[in-house]
Amino acid sequence: MAGVELLDIVKRFKNETVLEGVTLTVAEGETLVLFGPSGAGKTVLLRLIAGVVEPDGGTVRLDGRDMRDVPPELRNIGMAFQNFALFPHMNAFDNIASPLAARRKTAERVSEGVERVARLLKIDQVLTHRPRALSNGQKQRTALARALAASPSLLLLDDPLRNVDAKLRFEMRLELPRLLAAEGATTLYVTQDYKEAMALADRIAVMFRGRIAQLGSPAEVYLSPASLEIARLFGDPAINVLDVTPEQDSQGPFVRLSRLRAPIDPGLHHAVGKDCSLGLRPEAIRFVGGETTGAIPVTIEAETPLNEKIVTLVTTARGREILVSRPSGEPGPAQGQAHIAVDSAHALLFDRRTGLRIEPSRDDADVRGAAA
Amino acid sequence: MEHTSTAERILRGIAIGAVVLFFIFPIFWILLMSFQTNETILRNPPSIAFVPTISNYVALLTGRLETAAGTLDISFMQNLKNSVILSVSSVAVALLLGVPAAYAFARHRFRGSEDIAFTLLSFRFAPPLLIVLPLALYFQDVGLADTYIGLIWVYQLICLPLILWIVRGYFEDIPADVEYAYRIAGHSWFATFRKIALPLAGPGIAAAGLLAFIFAWNNFVFALVLGSADKQPVTVGALAFVTASGIQFGQIAAAIVLSIAPTLALAIYAQRYLVEGLSLGAVKG
Repeated sequence: MAGVELLDIVKRFKNETVLEGVTLTVAEGETLVLFGPSGAGKTVLLRLIAGVVEPDGGTVRLDGRDMRDVPPELRNIGMAFQNFALFPHMNAFDNIASPLAARRKTAERVSEGVERVARLLKIDQVLTHRPRALSNGQKQRTALARALAASPSLLLLDDPLRNVDAKLRFEMRLELPRLLAAEGATTLYVTQDYKEAMALADRIAVMFRGRIAQLGSPAEVYLSPASLEIARLFGDPAINVLDVTPEQDSQGPFVRLSRLRAPIDPGLHHAVGKDCSLGLRPEAIRFVGGETTGAIPVTIEAETPLNEKIVTLVTTARGREILVSRPSGEPGPAQGQAHIAVDSAHALLFDRRTGLRIEPSRDDADVRGAAA
Repeated sequence: MEHTSTAERILRGIAIGAVVLFFIFPIFWILLMSFQTNETILRNPPSIAFVPTISNYVALLTGRLETAAGTLDISFMQNLKNSVILSVSSVAVALLLGVPAAYAFARHRFRGSEDIAFTLLSFRFAPPLLIVLPLALYFQDVGLADTYIGLIWVYQLICLPLILWIVRGYFEDIPADVEYAYRIAGHSWFATFRKIALPLAGPGIAAAGLLAFIFAWNNFVFALVLGSADKQPVTVGALAFVTASGIQFGQIAAAIVLSIAPTLALAIYAQRYLVEGLSLGAVKG
């Protein structure tokens, strides 16, 4: 039985359609990350599931039950909000206790429950503080504790790490998967941070403009993004995009990079002649000596050391800007002229008009035919 | 702000002093007048030196006014009681009706909600006499004329829009997420209204209540037209001091002091809630 089923959800505000036909199933115990830019409809979708916003069309089912006309208080959901939404006139204890109190637990059971999640989230020493007296990190943990307190069967986490500092975000990114696994609840997690999405998700649903653009495991979304738009959002520094038109010769399909022949996946022969965009991850480009075959001469423009890696901005002879990333400690040229080699065979190819990725055809006959 | 020079501080002190003097002086002067007889008040040139007398207060409290033309009965204490009854009940009724209505207008956009809210506000635009005169005829027919209930009802024209619009703003300032969070935690909408919306809008409700009370207390026209002597508040009752033998300035001053005392006390008492309300901006975040 599925934890959450969304069928063809439509939501409009005034004349603006924020969700158009979202269909999604989240298995029991699964952590699904809703990822996308702001305005994609992620938060609205969570609110629809929580029952505080009504859909204009479609069905929300929780544990197989249609949630139409079921008020939020009867859905057994825990939710953490991006801006925490703590009750400002109650101390942290009462904030966390509110879901337990609502379930008519005895005072003893309530304080047991609060202690449990407070210890888990390391806020047991600030339970008497009001939200105003809490640091952002403590507020965020209190909000999370409140969502977890009553061990709900479904957890909705709306970008809970958005408003906390980088150090805490990093800590929580490590801590959360363990926490969610321990709770065993079905989880929907909204974020705009691709690292968070990759770290937490069993599956990622990428949303754009009220639709789900791609649904898959973190590896699938990263390695085979459905569109250029998605590819641009996953990866830091962002993927390099070069306008190309694939050509073909006796050795198979290729693209021209600075007039040099760069072979692409033989399965991409059907893209030959189309206006395409080539997506090259900065990690797939490296500096080489000038004598290497296929090396592209470039001019180094700027270098940014980012602790664990060094990102270099280079321009090709035709003035195209390319980002090259290499691990820190690996030597590389800092200025002047240099050469790069591109792992073009694993590059992603997108249709420039639609932005959709062109899948390599895996039909053997096709590939052989193209090679011949 | 910390780096203010001495000259700046002195100038600021003078400016604040001038403003305070401007606003406090009439009240101070009335307070002085209330302890003087008509003769000392009206002497020319006026002087701040006089022998204080409490005869004005005695006259008000005993209800007997000694004038040059003879003794006159005045019902000031009855008026004061009426003022309290009318203002307190009107504000209570207005809060009871207005606060839930304000919540509905703040949180639920239903068909025509803006129009209804605006219509209620527009009661404040209409000249009171225009409403009260025809109303007087109806009240005669239905037996509401010269009753507390009738007056309290009409006072809603003053109190209800005020409370509705001020409190609505305070409800709108509460982030909807805070209320959503409480409902998702498992509480009904009514519990959410009581435990989240009401406490968080509390300072605003207090401020609106206070303001409505002051407006109700100072109302003149409604009671003048719709009430007889034994239902009239101090504002109307003060007319009695304009007697055949002249205006009793001393008693008027004493009456003013007595009648502003409750509102003043209430305002001073409520002040800390109002300040708290302003500093409770921590609702966000």
